Amino acid sequence: MSCSRRDFLQKAVGGTLVSALPLSAFTLLTVDEARAIVAESKTRWAFLVDTRECVGCGLCVKACKNENEIPYDAPVTRTWVERYVVTKDGETHIDSPLGGRDGFISDKIRDEEIDPDDITKAFFVPKLCNQCDNPACVQVCPVGATYQTEDGVVLVDRKWCIGCGYCIMACPYGVRFFHPVHKVADKCNFCYHRISNGRDPACVENCPFGARKIANLRDPDDPVTKIITTERVSVLKDEYGTKPHVFYLGLDANVR
Amino acid sequence: MKWHVLRPLWLAIGLIAAILVARQFMVPDDFGVHGDSFTYNYHRLSNVQEWKDFPAKYLGRESCIECHEENFQKNQASPHAPIECENCHGPGAGHPDDIEYLPLNTTRELCLRCHESLEYPSSRRADLPNIRNRTHKRRRECISCHNPHDPREDDE
Amino acid sequence: MTTETIVHGVEWTIKELFVYPNEFIYWSIQIVMYPYMTGLVAGAFVLSSLYHVFGQKDLKEIAQFSLVFSLALLPVAALPLLLHLQQPTRAMEPLLTPHFTSAIAAFGIVFTAYALIVVSEIWFVYRKYFVEQVYELKGKPGFVNFFRLNVFRVLTMASFDISEEALRVDKKAAKVLAAIGIPVACFLHGYAGFIFGSVKANALWMSPLMPVIFIMSAVVSGIALCMLTYIGIMEWQAFWRRRRGGEIEASAIKGAEADIIDKSAKYLLGFLVAAISLELLDLIFRGYTAMKSWDILRSVMYGKDFINIFILQYTLGNLVPFILLILPGRTMKRTVLALLLVLFGVFMMRWNVVIGGQAFSLSFSGYMHYHIPVIPHSLETFKEGVFGALTVIATPFVLFWMINKFVPSLERNQE
Repeated sequence: MSCSRRDFLQKAVGGTLVSALPLSAFTLLTVDEARAIVAESKTRWAFLVDTRECVGCGLCVKACKNENEIPYDAPVTRTWVERYVVTKDGETHIDSPLGGRDGFISDKIRDEEIDPDDITKAFFVPKLCNQCDNPACVQVCPVGATYQTEDGVVLVDRKWCIGCGYCIMACPYGVRFFHPVHKVADKCNFCYHRISNGRDPACVENCPFGARKIANLRDPDDPVTKIITTERVSVLKDEYGTKPHVFYLGLDANVR
Repeated sequence: MKWHVLRPLWLAIGLIAAILVARQFMVPDDFGVHGDSFTYNYHRLSNVQEWKDFPAKYLGRESCIECHEENFQKNQASPHAPIECENCHGPGAGHPDDIEYLPLNTTRELCLRCHESLEYPSSRRADLPNIRNRTHKRRRECISCHNPHDPREDDE
Repeated sequence: MTTETIVHGVEWTIKELFVYPNEFIYWSIQIVMYPYMTGLVAGAFVLSSLYHVFGQKDLKEIAQFSLVFSLALLPVAALPLLLHLQQPTRAMEPLLTPHFTSAIAAFGIVFTAYALIVVSEIWFVYRKYFVEQVYELKGKPGFVNFFRLNVFRVLTMASFDISEEALRVDKKAAKVLAAIGIPVACFLHGYAGFIFGSVKANALWMSPLMPVIFIMSAVVSGIALCMLTYIGIMEWQAFWRRRRGGEIEASAIKGAEADIIDKSAKYLLGFLVAAISLELLDLIFRGYTAMKSWDILRSVMYGKDFINIFILQYTLGNLVPFILLILPGRTMKRTVLALLLVLFGVFMMRWNVVIGGQAFSLSFSGYMHYHIPVIPHSLETFKEGVFGALTVIATPFVLFWMINKFVPSLERNQE
């Protein structure tokens, strides 16, 4: 019937044109360009946290806020330190007042007194963005405002982010937040401006106890890489399949 | 043949064309897949350099030696050697050209970060020399008795 | 700290026990409104398609109305997102640089396609009316007539053939569009469900059932809203006709209404049963498999949110309207009550998914309580507060009233 054939053509042409739109979103690389990018990048940044060394001084959090212009009094931070106190009754008490920005100078956890004799173990766990190999946050960004660089760091394009918050919901580790001034998504980026210019991240430099270290996994002579590859390290929440690149020494089973 | 049936199709095509045209003007030219994967590498390329150009604030203790050698050497010979100058003196960027004096934090809270007693077995915190803030010389700054550059010295 | 630097979420989130420092309730009332409104859109369209595609002749009048109402709802589905975005001026970006691995980006395309389908279908159904209006208004004096004439001229898209054959083609085209529109409407709302269901980081949202649950409850809400608005409008018109002394006409309206409502109610019940079955299935599976998140989920669902989930949503929003609709001797009053409860129930479902999913921390060791801003004291607390939600609810009715002036969906003799 001529009517249905016309309608079919109508839809076929329309459908082709609609699919042309997403295809125009791709840039077409030449074979040489593609090969160049795919070839091994000389750098893959990773991080090592030694929870056995961390004393909860919080100087890292303070340094991060100053270095990365996160408003000092805002309750958001690119990196933070958590305190875990395990007591004899099997309870785990956890807190992170302002992310540990002012350190931990009270033994009360949320106004609860804990008798030191009840404590079986207590420790501090610094956390930051894991710069995952399969970052869920990048997958869900609707506009390509967040992405992974060749050297493994996940960045946010402040001029393109629409502030929908999907990346924040998608991160299993809770490292993302809305920047209160720029009104776009924000997170730790290993101080990309520092590591790309021969410096250490602010938190690494300002930790007096060597609990934080940065590594280039592709450099076999990197001493931190040697630790990661030869000693027993663990990661946070690997069940999500994100392949995090912040490795921990001394990570306890109680750590959330 | 009733051609008017196709009118809505022209409308649809017009809308899509308008979006594609808008795209030429509103999307930066370097926006695309820069890497192996559309999933993880779809972005505006120039943003990478924008982040690399972000100004650094902390300069590290090596940049303090030039003018402050005495305090530097004293500090490096003391148990406070691992502490960065900028931990207490704040980030050094702009000093001394734009900032004559770095703001110095002399509050008790700064020292308590490490030295407040928290009786935590299995944490290095317990190894540090510590006091109980509540009972140790309240209402005085720590530095009125202790020299932060070399805590072994008595400033009293 | 000035209002410009307030962290988004801090004003309406209360944290309890251990919550990660950066966690706040970022997706608040507008993200509850958004799937609710897209659900109404999808449901209204499906109801209209039941007539156009499956030839349910008895649904003709409500189908006419729900098609146009679906158009009034369409921009309102995007409104909550505009109110939520931290950078609303960049709202076109999902259409300019869509990152198709994200459900939200794909939604932009589906939404645009769906809008084109609805607009096209309305054009085919009302084209004859537009043409007739152009002929009728030609030469009439006055600015209002001049304005209306030109609006109708544009609406005809310069197509003035209203011969029998042309109208037959129109009808066929409308049917094809209605048929194509059903899967697109399902996609539209399936994507909303996928937005939540694919977030592996959220223990409550992560579920392959989520898109299907969303579609079923969307259709339920769409049908309920159309039935309710239709009854409301018919009763209003009957009231005015009675006041002007048209007794016989009033009873005729009542008779036709009852039949349409009966038929629609049957479809409503079907989708209602499907929706509740899937939700219970999801709950039972979670409890049975007892994954790492089950402890905190259980304490949220059976503890803090017990009333929200089991009393408000399941009982008041599902079970009670179900009983009200199937018991014999159904009156119009009882139907209206059931429909209101259904709409409330679907809203609570969206609330319990969006807010419930943020009621517990990613640490599984703490909770977040949502205190929706009531009296706004800033742009943020207006947009993401009660008044922002009320704005979203009111807008489709305003839009419908405006659209209806040019697309009369309540006339009885439209084809």
